[in-house]
Amino acid sequence: MPIISDTRDFLDQVGQISRFTARFFSHGLKPKFEIKELLAQCYLIGYKSFPLVGLTGFIMGLVLTMQLRPSLVNYGVESQLPVMVGIAIVREIGPVITALIFAGKIGSSIGAELGSMKVTEQIDSMEVSGTNPFKYLVATRVIATSLMLPILTILGDAVSLFGAYVGVNIKSVTNIKFFFLQIFNSLSYSDVLPAVIKTIFFGFAVGIIGCYKGFNSTKGTQGVGSSANSAVVLSSVLIFVIDLLTVQLTNLMGLN
Amino acid sequence: METVAEKDIIKKKGYALSDPVIVIEQISKKFDTNIILTDFSLQVEREENVVVLGKSGAGKSVLIKCIIGLLKPDKGRIFVFGEDITAMDEDALAKARTKIGFLFQANALYDSMTVRENLEFPLRRHWNNLKESEVSEMVKEALDNVGLFHTLDMMPAALSGGMLKRIALARTLILKPEIILYDEPTTGLDPVTAREIDQLILTLQKKYKTSSIIISHDMNCVRNIADRVVLLLEGRCYADGTYETLEQSSDPKINQFFE
Repeated sequence: MPIISDTRDFLDQVGQISRFTARFFSHGLKPKFEIKELLAQCYLIGYKSFPLVGLTGFIMGLVLTMQLRPSLVNYGVESQLPVMVGIAIVREIGPVITALIFAGKIGSSIGAELGSMKVTEQIDSMEVSGTNPFKYLVATRVIATSLMLPILTILGDAVSLFGAYVGVNIKSVTNIKFFFLQIFNSLSYSDVLPAVIKTIFFGFAVGIIGCYKGFNSTKGTQGVGSSANSAVVLSSVLIFVIDLLTVQLTNLMGLN
Repeated sequence: METVAEKDIIKKKGYALSDPVIVIEQISKKFDTNIILTDFSLQVEREENVVVLGKSGAGKSVLIKCIIGLLKPDKGRIFVFGEDITAMDEDALAKARTKIGFLFQANALYDSMTVRENLEFPLRRHWNNLKESEVSEMVKEALDNVGLFHTLDMMPAALSGGMLKRIALARTLILKPEIILYDEPTTGLDPVTAREIDQLILTLQKKYKTSSIIISHDMNCVRNIADRVVLLLEGRCYADGTYETLEQSSDPKINQFFE
C-alpha cells in the first residue's frame, strides 16, 4: 500500500537526518576546527545575504504598516500602529520571514553545492587529500548558518522597522525618534530573546538539512536539482515546526 | 612454483614477484543485496602497472576505493606497504593516503578553486608545515610535469577535458605518492588526447618510480600501460596475466574484451 511505503520512507528519512545531526555533534564539533573555512562561510552566508534580507525586510515592514492602518483607524487606535507593527516584526514576522528567505537562498545553495561536489567525486577527493569532508564542508556551514541567521534577523528587523516608519509617514507625519521610542518602550526582553534564540535553531535547521540533502545527493543533474529543491522545502517546513514548538515553550514558560 | 602470470612478469620485467606494495587478501563487498566483490585477491609489485579490466558495474571502482579506504570491505584485508588499511583509524588512514594517489574518473577538481588552489589543497592539508616558497615550488614542478604551468590561475571550468585530466594528474602526483590508483584515466577523451595521457602516465611513472592500479575499458590504454592485466568478473579475479597472454586466450569470457 502506498501509504505504508510513504510512511516508511518518511520515518527512514527522519532516522537518517537524526543520525546525520548526531554525527555533526559527535564529529563536527571535535578539534581541529576549520576556522578559515568557517570565516569564509560566515562571509558568504551572512554578509552576502544581507542585501536580500534587508530588501525583503524593508518591503515587509512597509506593507504590514499599510495593511494594518485601515483596521486600526476603524477602531480609533491609529496611534498604536508603531507598537503593533514593532511587536509583530520583532516577535514573529521578522524571524520567520528572514528564515524563509534564508532557507530559499542558503539552503538551496548548500544543497546544490554539496550535491554537485558529491556527484563529481569532489567530496571523495577531499577525503583522499587528508581532509575530513564532514568537518570541512558540513560543520563549517551548519555553524555559519546557526551564527549568521540571528545576526541577519536582527539587522532585518531594524530595516523592517525603518520600512514601517516609512509606511507610517505615507499618510501622516511621525518623528523617527518618537516612532522608535514608542516601539522600544513596548518591547521587553521576553519579546526579543525567544525571537533571537529561535533563529539559532532556524539557522541550524537550514544548514543541517542543506548539508544532508547535498551529502546524500544521487547521481546526475536531476539528483543535484532535487537536493537543492528538497533542502528548501524541508527546511522551510522545519522552520514552521520549530516556530510552533517555540511558541508552545514560551507559553509554558510564561513569556507570552 | 611460479604461476603462469608470475612467469609472464619475470619474462617481461626481468625479476620475480617479491616486493609487494599492495596485497589484497580475499576481500568481499556488497551493497544491500548486490554482491560486488567476492573473495577477491590481488598483489601489486613495486613499480608495476596492473590494469584491472571488467564490465561496467563489475566492481572495479569499488575495488580501488577499498584500497584507499573510501569504502570498507565487508570481509578480507588490504595491506599497503605491509599495513592493514581496513583496520586503520582516521588519522592512520590520512597518513597512509600521503603514499597513495587517486586519479578520479571525473577528475574531481574543486570547481570553486583555481588550478593553483586545487594543487595546493592536498599539500597544505597533509603537510601543514611547508613554507610558501616550498608550496609554490612544488606546484610549479607538478604543473611543469604535465606542461600546463600557464593555467596556474585559471578556473577548472575554463579548461578542456584533456587539460582537466592533466591537472588532476598533477594534483595526484604533487604529494609524490608511491602508489597511484587510476579510475578510467582516458574515458571521455578523444583518441589523440587519450594516447597523450597514456604517455604522460608512463613518463611520470618512470620519473617517480610509482606502482599503479589502473581501471580501464580502453584497450589501447591497457596495451600501452599494463605490465599485467587482471580480469574482474562476477566479483572475482577471473584471469591474471600479461596483455599478450590474455589476448591469445581461447576463453570466450576473456576474448570478449580483446575483440
